[in-house]
Amino acid sequence: MGDEAFIEVDGVEKVFDVRRRTGFLKRERRRVQAVDSISFRVARGEMVGYIGPNGAGKSTTIKMLTGILTPSGGRLRVAGIDPSRERTRLAHRIGVVFGQRTTLWWDLPLIDSYRLMHRMYRIPDARYRENLDRLVELLGLEDLLEVPVRQLSLGQRMRGDVAAALLHDPEVLYLDEPTIGLDVMSKARVRAFLRELNAERGTTVLLTTHDLQDIEQLCSRVMVIDHGRLVYDGALAGLHEVGESERMLVVDLERELPPIEAAPARVVKVEGPRQWLAFPASESAAALVARVAADHPLVDLSVREPDIEAVIARMLHSPAESAQVPREDVGRVIS
Amino acid sequence: MGAGRLYLAVAVGGFRRYATYRLATAAGVFTNTVFGVILVFTYLALWEERPGLGGYDQAQAVTYVWLGQCLFATLAIQGGGAEKELMERIRTGEVAVDLYRPVDLQLWWLAGDLGRAAFQLLGRGVVPFLFGAVFFPMTLPTDVGRWAAFTVTLVLAAVVSFAIRYLVALSVFWLLDGTGVNQALMIAGVFFSGMLLPLNAFPGAFGEVVRVLPWAAQLQMPADVLMGETGVSGALAFQAGWAVVLLAAGRALQSAATRRVVVQGG
Ligand SMILES: Nc1ncnc2c1ncn2[C@@H]1O[C@H](COP(=O)(O)OP(=O)(O)O)[C@@H](O)[C@H]1O
Ligand SMILES: [Mg+2]
Repeated sequence: MGDEAFIEVDGVEKVFDVRRRTGFLKRERRRVQAVDSISFRVARGEMVGYIGPNGAGKSTTIKMLTGILTPSGGRLRVAGIDPSRERTRLAHRIGVVFGQRTTLWWDLPLIDSYRLMHRMYRIPDARYRENLDRLVELLGLEDLLEVPVRQLSLGQRMRGDVAAALLHDPEVLYLDEPTIGLDVMSKARVRAFLRELNAERGTTVLLTTHDLQDIEQLCSRVMVIDHGRLVYDGALAGLHEVGESERMLVVDLERELPPIEAAPARVVKVEGPRQWLAFPASESAAALVARVAADHPLVDLSVREPDIEAVIARMLHSPAESAQVPREDVGRVIS
Repeated sequence: MGAGRLYLAVAVGGFRRYATYRLATAAGVFTNTVFGVILVFTYLALWEERPGLGGYDQAQAVTYVWLGQCLFATLAIQGGGAEKELMERIRTGEVAVDLYRPVDLQLWWLAGDLGRAAFQLLGRGVVPFLFGAVFFPMTLPTDVGRWAAFTVTLVLAAVVSFAIRYLVALSVFWLLDGTGVNQALMIAGVFFSGMLLPLNAFPGAFGEVVRVLPWAAQLQMPADVLMGETGVSGALAFQAGWAVVLLAAGRALQSAATRRVVVQGG
C-alpha cells in the first residue's frame, strides 16, 4: 500500500489563452504556459512540499488535481479517478484549502459552516461529531465556534478552513499557501496540526508554500516548480545542496572590528559594529556562533534562513553542478 | 433526501446571514415605510384624476403600493440578493473554488437566495405592509384560500426573481465587469416589475408587452391574486412557466460558464 501511487501526474500541461484588449476593437491573444509537461507520483500517506516562485504554476497544478481545471495535455489520476471528468465523485475524497480564499460562511458563526459541510458531504452523524470534536481540539477552535467568520483573525480563519476541509475524512489534503500572511504562532499551530494529521491518520498532504520553514518542518520530500517546469524532486537536504543555499548570521559586536574569520562562513557585509556572515545552510549555526563568540565581543545576533526564491535562483543558475547531482539522497534534478 | 437537507441548510444559512444585520434591516423597514407613505399620496392624487386606472379603485391602488414596499427587498427588485455575491465571486475568480464542492451551483444559490427572501419578507416586508393596513384603506381578502394562493405566488415570484438575477450574474463570466448589467438589472427590475406604476396601468401595446415579461411575475401577479383581480391558476401557470424557462436558461448558461472556468480558469 505504501508505495502505491495515489496521485499520478504524467506529462501534464496547462496552457491559458489570454485575450486582452489593447485598443478600441483591437485584441491581443497570448498563450500562457502555466504548467509545462510535469510528471510526478505521490504515494498514499506522503507529505510533499510543492514550492516555487510566484507565478510558477503551483496553484494551477493544485486546481488540476482537484478537477476544477482541465489539463491541456497529459494524464492525471487521483485515487484512480480523472479529476476533471469526475469532479463531484472525487470531491468526497479530497480536502482543499486555498490560503487566500475561504470556504467558510463569512457572516455566520464558524459552526454554521461546519453544519453545512456535514450535509454537503453527507457525513454520518456520529462520524461528524467525532471529527468535529477532534479537529476543534487539535486546532484550538473551542472558543471560536460561535464567532462570525468575519471577526476571526487570519490565523484563526485559516485553522477554521483547515478543519472545514477535513470533516469528511478526505484521503488527501491539498493546501495552497496555508501559512501565507500568518503570524509565527499561527504558523506553528497549523504546522504541528498537519504533522499530526499525517502521522496519525496517514492523510496524504500536498502543500504549496513560499515559506521554506513550512517544508523544513513538515516535508521529507519537496518538489520545485519554476516557469511551469518541475526542476527538482527529492529531499530537502538535497535541495540545499543543489542550491548551495546559505544562511546568514548577523552579529552586533561591541565595537567596529575587522571582518571576522570563521571559515566556512565568510563576511559579506560590514556596517559599523554589525557584520553579516554567510554560511552553508547545512552547517550548524550553533557551532559557528560558539566559534565567533569565543574571540569576539558579541552584543547581539540573529540567524536568517535562506528564502526560497534565493535557493531556487541559485539552483537554476548553477546547471553545471545540478546536472551531476542525481545521487540517491539528493533527489532528482530535472532539467 | 440528503440533498434536500443540504439545500435546506443552505436556505437556513441564507436566512440567518441577513438576520445578523439588524441595523440594516431596521433602516430598510424605515425607508420602505416612508417611501410607501409618499407613494400612497402620489397614487391617491393620480387615482383622483384617473379613477379606475389599471382597473384598480383607490383602496386597491393603496394595497398595491404597500405590497410593493413589502416585496421590494424580498424579491431584490433592484438587485442586491444572491446575484451580487455571485458576481463578486466570478469577478475575483473565487467561483472556481465553489466548483470542487459536491453541490449543484444553481440549487445552492437558489436555496441561499430563498433563505434571504424569507428573511427579507419577515424582517423587512411585513412591518410596512401592516403599517399600511392599519393607517390606510386596503383591499385584503378574507378567505384563507386566497391567502394560501397568494403565499404560493410569493414563492414563485421569489424563484422567478432569482432566476432572472442568476442569468444576469452569470453574464459576468463573459462581460468581466458587472457594473453595467447591474445597473440595467436595477432599472429593468424597478420599471418592469411595476414598482413605479402597476403594469395594469400601462397603456396600449407597450402595456401588453410588459405584462407578459418575466418581471410581471414578481409584483403584479401576487398583487392581482391577493386582490382577486386575476384567476389563481392562470397567475400560477404564468409564474411557473417563467420560472421553468428562466431556470433552464440559467442551467444552460451555467454549464457553458463551468466549461469556461475549467478550461480558462475563470
Ligand atoms: N485563469 C488564468 N488565466 C490566464 N493565466 C493564468 C490563469 N491562472 C494562472 N495563470 C498564469 O499561469 C501562471 C501560473 O500561475 P499560478 O499557478 O497561479 O502560479 P503560482 O500559484 O505558482 O503562483 C502565471 O503566469 C499566471 O499568471
Ligand atoms: Mg498560487
